[in-house]
Amino acid sequence: MDMQNIENQIEGLKSRLDAIDKKTADNKLAMIVFSGDLDKALAAFIIATGAVAMGMDVVMFFTFWGTPVLRDAKKNVGGKDMMGKMFGSMLPKGTGAVKLSKMNMGGMGTAMMKSLMKKKNVASLEEMIALAEELGVKIYVCEMSMDLMGFKREEFIDYKDLGFAGVATFLQEAQNSKMQLFL
Amino acid sequence: MSDDIQVAKVFDLKGLACPMPVVKVSKGIKEVEVGEVIEAQTTDPGSLTDFPAWAKTSGNEIVKTEQEDKLITFYIKRLV
Repeated sequence: MDMQNIENQIEGLKSRLDAIDKKTADNKLAMIVFSGDLDKALAAFIIATGAVAMGMDVVMFFTFWGTPVLRDAKKNVGGKDMMGKMFGSMLPKGTGAVKLSKMNMGGMGTAMMKSLMKKKNVASLEEMIALAEELGVKIYVCEMSMDLMGFKREEFIDYKDLGFAGVATFLQEAQNSKMQLFL
Repeated sequence: MSDDIQVAKVFDLKGLACPMPVVKVSKGIKEVEVGEVIEAQTTDPGSLTDFPAWAKTSGNEIVKTEQEDKLITFYIKRLV
């Protein structure tokens, strides 16, 4: 009788442990990149690659103004409607066209910052994206933003772990991550 | 090189800026066996606080830090 009692208690504890395990967040960083500014995109990738170095898994979710940062300047897609064409030409086409959030000064500030970064041996946004890819950082692009701005999947950069998803995917990732950031 | 520490591998990270030193050292430490020590040379002043933070989080040990002008040398023991 006593033995049975103990076995029951162990079973109960086991199932409670399993439940707790499911609730414990992974050693993961879930990041929203909302901004399409060069400085903020750079910060996002520096944090992302740094987090991998610290032993974390990283998932980045690009939405709204962050979306066009990941367009590939070399890729041209047709078949867009008028609004799609307008957004396509007005928003930056990839990393090369992304500007500073402050002191852009008609592009002069951004050019100066880029040359300064080169001089000081700070990795460019292109290099940071390549590094993130090499380190296995997962990137999702927001489908809704793409739809709004008329972007097509074919015009995004070649990146090993690039996916297209919605808010539920981000929230699921965020729920299982012990760190969440919004940039 | 410090004379009392047996170094398995040296990483020249001089001139690199954040986050590169920490990214490279986190990859580099996996190139030696657990228990071995790597030497990492940086000129990024931020690495003085970043390397200890990285070591603590990743579970490795900085056994010695040397500073000479702008050159900072870390001796890091792989523990995990």
